[in-house]
Amino acid sequence: MKKMTGAQIFLECLKREEVKHIFGYPGGVVLDIYDELTRHPEIRHILVRHEQAAAHAADGYARASSKVGVALVTSGPGATNTVTGIASAYMDSIPIVVFTGQVPTALIGNDAFQEVDIVGITRPCTKHNYLVKDVNQLAYTIHEAFHIARSGRPGPVLVDLPKDIIQARTVPEFPKEIKIRSYQPTYHANPRQVKRALEMIMAAKKPVLYTGGGIILSNAAEELRVFAEAMQIPVTSTLMGLGGFPGDSPLWMGMLGMHGTYCANMAVSESDVLIAVGARFDDRITGKLSEFAPHAKIIHIDIDPSSISKNVSVDIPIVGDCKDALHQLYDLLQDKPPRDWAEVRAQWLDTVHDWEKRHPLTYAWSDTVIKPQYVVEKLWELTKGEAYITTEVGQNQMWAAQFYKFKRPRQLMTSGGLGVMGYGFPAAMGVQMAKPGATVIDIAGDGSIQMNIQELITVVENELPVKIAILNNSYLGMVRQWQQLFYEKRYSSTPMRAPDFVKLADAYGAVGLRATKPEEVVPVIQKALETPKPVIMDFRVEPEECVMPMVPAGKAMHEMLLA
Amino acid sequence: MEPRHTISVWVDNTPGVLSRVTGLFSGRGFNIESLCVAETMDPAVSRITILSTGDEQIIEQIIKQLHKLINVIKVVDLSELDHVEREMALVTVKAEDKSRAEVLRIADIFRCRVVDVSPHTYTLEITGNHEKIGAVLSLLKNHGILDEVRTGTLAIQRSKKD
Ligand SMILES: Cc1cc2nc3c(=O)[nH]c(=O)nc-3n(C[C@H](O)[C@H](O)[C@H](O)COP(=O)(O)OP(=O)(O)OC[C@H]3O[C@@H](n4cnc5c(N)ncnc54)[C@H](O)[C@@H]3O)c2cc1C
Ligand SMILES: Cc1ncc(C[n+]2csc(CCOP(=O)(O)OP(=O)(O)O)c2C)c(N)n1
Ligand SMILES: [Mg+2]
Repeated sequence: MKKMTGAQIFLECLKREEVKHIFGYPGGVVLDIYDELTRHPEIRHILVRHEQAAAHAADGYARASSKVGVALVTSGPGATNTVTGIASAYMDSIPIVVFTGQVPTALIGNDAFQEVDIVGITRPCTKHNYLVKDVNQLAYTIHEAFHIARSGRPGPVLVDLPKDIIQARTVPEFPKEIKIRSYQPTYHANPRQVKRALEMIMAAKKPVLYTGGGIILSNAAEELRVFAEAMQIPVTSTLMGLGGFPGDSPLWMGMLGMHGTYCANMAVSESDVLIAVGARFDDRITGKLSEFAPHAKIIHIDIDPSSISKNVSVDIPIVGDCKDALHQLYDLLQDKPPRDWAEVRAQWLDTVHDWEKRHPLTYAWSDTVIKPQYVVEKLWELTKGEAYITTEVGQNQMWAAQFYKFKRPRQLMTSGGLGVMGYGFPAAMGVQMAKPGATVIDIAGDGSIQMNIQELITVVENELPVKIAILNNSYLGMVRQWQQLFYEKRYSSTPMRAPDFVKLADAYGAVGLRATKPEEVVPVIQKALETPKPVIMDFRVEPEECVMPMVPAGKAMHEMLLA
Repeated sequence: MEPRHTISVWVDNTPGVLSRVTGLFSGRGFNIESLCVAETMDPAVSRITILSTGDEQIIEQIIKQLHKLINVIKVVDLSELDHVEREMALVTVKAEDKSRAEVLRIADIFRCRVVDVSPHTYTLEITGNHEKIGAVLSLLKNHGILDEVRTGTLAIQRSKKD
C-alpha cells in the first residue's frame, strides 16, 4: 500500500464507516480535509451557518436513520460552538462523532491562534474523546470512536485532529475489529433476573410499563408491543420514548411526568409493580422522590448499570439491552401455563380507562384566537400522523408531545435531557437529509426558532423542504407559565418581540405563511405541505395559554394541576 | 460521619485518564479524601487508590460511574474485602534540649524512621494506617510541627490464608 496523508486516511475511514453525510464548517486547520473532500463525491458535506447547528443536525440525522451522525469543524471557536450540541446528544444518548481541527501538536499548550483544549472542555459531556497525536493511530482511533458512539448506551464522541497529523503521511492500517478490554457493554440480560422479574409481574395486580428512550435506541418497539399485549399491561413512556408504543393502542396511557397525562401519572402512583424499560427516572418524571410510585416494587431494565438505582432504589435490576430482555420475558411467558390475561387485568384496565375518561388531554376551544394545541392537532391530522417531528424547547415541545400521536419509533426528535432551545430546526435538517422524501416539521416557539434561524439559508441552499410551525405566543412561554403560576404573574423578561417571520422567510428564499384566526390554520398547513420548499408557518396563538396538566416542582406526581 | 471507602481503580496508563477520574468526582459531587496513583508492573496500566465517603447508594454510583469511563479497566471496593491500608507521612518536628529525647522515644514506640537531623529538628518518616498517623501527629504536635506532608492511602487485598 502506498503512503496516505492524514486527510486521506480520515476520508477513507469515513467511507469504511459508511458515512454518506457530514455537517460541517471549514477553517484554517482543517483546510486539508476540505481539500480532500473535493475528491470524495460519495460523501456529501452540508455547510451549516453555525457549528452548533452541525452538531444538532448530526443528532437529528442519527435519530432518524439509526446511524452515527457526523460533524466536522475547525479548531477554537469552531470547536467551542459545537459544545451545546454535544452536551445535548450526551444527555439524550445519541450516537454522533464530532471531528474538530486542532493547532499543530508542537503548538498545543502555547495559547496558539485558535487553540482551545476541546478535549478538556468536552470531557464531562462526551461518552469518550480523543486527541490524536500520531498519524499511525488515526485510522484505529476513528474506528474506535464510531464503535463507542454506537454501542452500549450510545453517545457523542469527539476526535481532535491537530493540523500536522492531518498533513502527515504514513502507510495506514485499517482495523477490522475493535477490542477494548475496558469496554464491553452487557447486551444479554441475566436470565435468572429475568425469571425473577417475570414472576413478580405475573403476581402483580396493578402493573405498569414505564418505557423510555432506551426502547427507541435499541429498536425494541415490536418486542415491547408483543410483551405488553400478551400480558395486558398498560404502557406509559417518557418524552424520549414517544413513538416506542403505538399511540392508538387501548393499553397506551400517554406520556408521564411533569406534563404527562392524569391517567399515566395516577397509574404509576397506584401501581404495585413498575417495570421501567430503558428509562432513567429523570426528575421530570419522578416529581417528589419520596412519594414516587409509593406502592410499587420496581423492575429496571437498562443497558447502563449506572442508570439503575441512581435516583430510585430498584428491587430487580436487569442490566442489558431492552430488546433482549423483553424478548426473554416473552419467551419465558410462553413456557408458563396459559392464562387469560385480559380477564386477570380487567379490573385494573377499567380503573386506567376511567382515569383516562375523567381527565383526558384537552384545551378550551376558542372561535377567535388560535389555540396552540389545535395547531398541533391539525398538523397531526393533515400529515396522517406520518410526519417526522422535531421540536424546539418550551411549551411548543410539550404540546407537540401531547397532541401529535406518534405511531413509530424515531418519529420524534427533541432535546429532552438538556432542553436546548434552537435544537429543533437544525435537527430537522439532519432528519430531512436522512429521509429525503419525508415530511419533516419543526414544531417551534417564537423564542427558540431565533436561536438557530440562520440555518434557513442552509435548507434553502440544499433544497431541504423542512417545514417550521411556529407557535408564536410573543412570549418565552414556558418561563412565562412559571411566572404566572408561581411568581404572581410578574412577567420579567419573558414578553418578547419577534421579527416578521413571513418577510424573514422571503428574505432567505423560503416561503412564509401566517395564520391569525382559527379558520386559517388548516389552509396554511395544507399550503405548507403542498409546497416543495422550506416553509415557515407563523401561527399567532393565544399568548397566555398554559401547558396542562402540570406537576409543580417538588410535588408528588399525583398532585397535578389540571386544565 | 459517613463511612469511608477505599476504592482501587485500574486504568489505562494514558494521558488525561487521571483528569477523567477526578473530573467525574468533582462533576458529580462525590468526595475524594485522598488519592494515590502510580504505574503497575504492566506499564500500560496504572492503579489509583481513592479514599471516598458516602452512603451505600453514593458508593454504588461512584463504582458504576467509574466503570463507565472507557479507560477504566477494573474497580474494586476494598472496604468490602479483607485488606491492608498504609499511609506515609514526613514530619519535621522541633527537637531541642530535653524534648530531643522525648521525640525520639515517640518515634521509637511507633516505629518511625529518622530521615533527617538538624541541631533543632528531627524529620520523621511515619507509616501506618490513617488512624496511627493521626495518633503520632497529635503526639508530636505538642513539640511543635514545623512542616508535614502526607501521602494518600494505599491499599491491597489480603491473600487467602487457607
Ligand atoms: C421543558 C421540558 C419539559 C419536560 N417534561 C417532561 C415530561 O413531562 N415528561 C417526560 O417524560 N419528560 C419530560 N422532559 C424530558 C426529560 O427532561 C428527560 O429528557 C426524559 O424524561 C428522559 O427520558 P428517559 O428516561 O426515557 O431517558 P433517556 O435520556 O432517553 O435515556 C435512555 C435510558 O435508556 C438506557 N438505554 C439506552 N440504550 C439502551 C438499550 N439498548 N437497552 C436498554 N437501555 C438502554 C440508557 O442507559 C438510559 O438510562 C421534559 C424536557 C423539557 C426540556
Ligand atoms: C438555550 C436555552 N436557553 C434558555 C432556556 C430556558 N427556557 C426554557 S423554555 C424557554 C422559553 C422558550 O420560548 P419559546 O421558544 O417561545 O417557546 P414557548 O415556550 O413560548 O412555546 C426558555 C427561555 C433553554 N431551555 N435553552
Ligand atoms: Mg413563545
